[in-house]
Amino acid sequence: MKLAVWTYEGPPHVGAMRVATGMEGVHFVLHAPQGDTYADLLFTMIERRDHRPPVTFTTFQARDLGSDTATLFKDACNAAYERYKPEALIVGASCTAELIQDDPGGLAAALDLPIPVIPLELPSYQRKENFGADETFFQIVKHLAKPCEKTANITANILGPTGLGFRHRDDIVEVTSLLNDMGIDVNVVAPMGSSPTEIAQLPAAHFNVLLYPETAEAAARWLERTFDQPFTKTVPIGVGATRDFLAEVAEITGKPVQSDESRLRQPWYSASVDSTYLTGKRVFVFGDGTHVKTAARIAKEEMCFEVCGLGCYNREFARDVRALGKDYGVEALITDDYLDVEQAIERLQPELILGTQMERHIGKRLGIPCAVISAPVHVQDFPARYSPQAGWEGANVIFDTWVHPLVMGLEEHLLTMFREDFEFHDDAGASHHGGHAPREIGATPDVTEIPTPSGSDVVVWLQDAEKELKKIPFFVRGKAKRNTEAFATERGVTEISIDTLYEAKAHFAR
Amino acid sequence: MTDMPALPQGNGCRDVPVLKQRGQHEVFCGLTGIIWLHRKMQDAFFLVVGSRTCAHLLQSAAGVMIFAEPRFGTAILEEKDLAGLADANEELDREVERLLSRRSDIKQLFLVGSCPSEVIKLDLERAAERLSEKYFGKTQVLNYSGSGIETTFTQGEDACLASIVPAMPKTTERQLLVVGALPDVVEDQALKLLGDLGIETVRVLPSRTADEIAGVGPNTVFALTQPFLGDAAGALERRGARHIAAPFPFGEEGTTAWLAAIAREFGVDQDLFETVTAAPRARARKAIARSHEVLQNKRIFFFPDSQLEVPLARFLTRECGMEAVEVGTPFLHKGLVGPDLEMLATGPQISEGQDVDQQLDRAIAAQPDLTVCGLGLANPLEARGLTTKWAIELVFTPVHFYEQAGDLAELFTRPLRRRAMLAEHPSHINGPEISSGEREGAKRPSLGALA
Repeated sequence: MKLAVWTYEGPPHVGAMRVATGMEGVHFVLHAPQGDTYADLLFTMIERRDHRPPVTFTTFQARDLGSDTATLFKDACNAAYERYKPEALIVGASCTAELIQDDPGGLAAALDLPIPVIPLELPSYQRKENFGADETFFQIVKHLAKPCEKTANITANILGPTGLGFRHRDDIVEVTSLLNDMGIDVNVVAPMGSSPTEIAQLPAAHFNVLLYPETAEAAARWLERTFDQPFTKTVPIGVGATRDFLAEVAEITGKPVQSDESRLRQPWYSASVDSTYLTGKRVFVFGDGTHVKTAARIAKEEMCFEVCGLGCYNREFARDVRALGKDYGVEALITDDYLDVEQAIERLQPELILGTQMERHIGKRLGIPCAVISAPVHVQDFPARYSPQAGWEGANVIFDTWVHPLVMGLEEHLLTMFREDFEFHDDAGASHHGGHAPREIGATPDVTEIPTPSGSDVVVWLQDAEKELKKIPFFVRGKAKRNTEAFATERGVTEISIDTLYEAKAHFAR
Repeated sequence: MTDMPALPQGNGCRDVPVLKQRGQHEVFCGLTGIIWLHRKMQDAFFLVVGSRTCAHLLQSAAGVMIFAEPRFGTAILEEKDLAGLADANEELDREVERLLSRRSDIKQLFLVGSCPSEVIKLDLERAAERLSEKYFGKTQVLNYSGSGIETTFTQGEDACLASIVPAMPKTTERQLLVVGALPDVVEDQALKLLGDLGIETVRVLPSRTADEIAGVGPNTVFALTQPFLGDAAGALERRGARHIAAPFPFGEEGTTAWLAAIAREFGVDQDLFETVTAAPRARARKAIARSHEVLQNKRIFFFPDSQLEVPLARFLTRECGMEAVEVGTPFLHKGLVGPDLEMLATGPQISEGQDVDQQLDRAIAAQPDLTVCGLGLANPLEARGLTTKWAIELVFTPVHFYEQAGDLAELFTRPLRRRAMLAEHPSHINGPEISSGEREGAKRPSLGALA
């Protein structure tokens, strides 16, 4: 038993849902109790998907446990097949269903559905979300990929993008354009956007781009073994990594490196004088293994930061990230306990955190700016604008994203010079955004200080009304106070009672 | 201001046939209640004994990561806990010890059962007894189940409050107990109204802190502020308290009826009742009137979510002029929502439980003007041209009693007003062609229904 307050990864079946939801023509029947459907909202709210995830939850209840949950599962499979007519069905169990041992794979196979049925083993009490995605994609590929003739042109598959992935949507576009520049077509992008028919066609490509090892490494290795398809080892996030990636592609395909770099601005931005202030900033890097590895390299080689600490939450990448730590002369922190991460950050006092939404909260608490580089995702990680991490545009986006939370160039000096100034003080934070300084959090001077009444033109808050006002949430309290006073003044009321407060509230209600 | 429609003839919807369905439920489990309960009970900690899924639910369900050190957490079961229950109990004791030594501010600890802990039959009741003895005088340890195999969404609060009842001290005092976790500002409004009516001893369940816990006994009468508190009501009755049946205090009419039932119980003078309620009633009506214009004659469809559906349908049809198409509720407790059902004119389909696929078919066929549903369904329905209202907001927002009646109505008008405003510029939404990023075959969200 381990006490968790926040978790970096969900359970493995959420990983399976990310694969199924990214794909077309697949349906996932998940043996699960009521309540596990919460996972739907990750996709419909965080990612703003306009369709429900293609997942049927069997929704067993306590009273079913003694009787026949297996029949419930079979009925759910049949109903899902009839209603959605998928090309393939994947079946699995969530943590509770794993305990009742109904064997979804065996039950579904016994139904003799006229489509492939892919059983998943998702050990909920040992593994987590990324494993679930990687395993699900691997099983789908293993069951559906068929030997086929290679395409006439040189083509590649892009492997790894899933539903609810950190900037996957835009990375696909960027990597496709990198490949196209070299005269390489994309055969299939998977799992995102692919159907079982397209999965069958994966072996037609000449090689695979393993874009996210977290979610597709098992599949890439199997395709290499089974169909002699090499896969790229460099994830093209950052300028240096993108160049290495292109060199790797050139070596695999025998084609010369060709790339349109006209949109790439990051190297010049980093060299321009305004960036001088970035030199030697101490950064702490934490996230999933892949994004941490790429971010650490960008931080050191392209931004000239000092990496003062790094780590990852997915143990599958512990060895890689530990080795990386050695290269940077720091001990890597491998943990999925955010309190450990918070402690490390508190101890190291970096000037910038490159982390996840979790570290953004830690940063907020400690007054340290943070840029988000990795899942777990948040609604903010699905911006309306094009915002890749990979390729040339990705490098531009990353430059902006990392520099933005920092206090800018000359302003930093002003802060030092006018240390005691009311406006430029240590805790004021950067002037171009809402700030992150501890002093500002929760401070609502506008509303917490009730002015002392003086003179006849001033409306007086009676004690009860004043107490009532304080119960209104701080972010609307100011407005409530102003409205009530305006309401009172307009009517020549000099003393504000609870009734006045609510009269005003009703008056302004819309 | 509009006059309230006459009460329906006969028993309204009380005895109409209920559509009961069984299938996929698109609702939260009872653990979700922790998200508001831990804000209400300021010295309580909620320790879920469950799986990674439980922890993930709690942090995903309401995006509550704003609280850096929240008063809830999950003791995640691991392989070795499943192997031997003796070890699981030792592990639990160790985690509790670690937690309580770090957080001396915790006066009440709730061990919250989950689906996995129920299935492996981890006895949290005994664990709570054992730990209560160990931490006697410092922290009281209680337990309840918020598991999805037993509870739906708001039933978690019901189970939590029911678990507190046996711990309430015995009293013979004549008193009113107001039951249900309300935002403090709303609770204070209610207490003030009841005080003004001359009811001397009014206590609340849950109390804000452990040492403010109310007593209970044969001279206690209680009023529920939420329709999902059936188990808590049962537990109170077993302690000798008596329930005051009433419509729930949503809207002007509901609040007045709720207060009137209490006033009758306490023999409050009719003139005093009028004096105390006249001004807030008028304010509530005035505030609702603005929404009435938008909501009038609009058709509403409720997916099951919080059990608030029946009282809300009563409020929206009677005070806002809406027409209910289907009123779905996860669980229909006629003993509690009977008075609301009686005030709801026949017409809507009342449904209990859910087969979400079939219910979606019904909603799409009915083309309601407004659909109240969970977060998993809202965007997919919006994309099909239906206007939706997130049901979860109704349990997270102050909506009870007179002063919030306008806010409650406004929650339903906002999606309609937004869609109407967007529809004023159709070229913005229905541009010339589908952008390249969209999936083949995916329908562009359309404003069809209301444009």
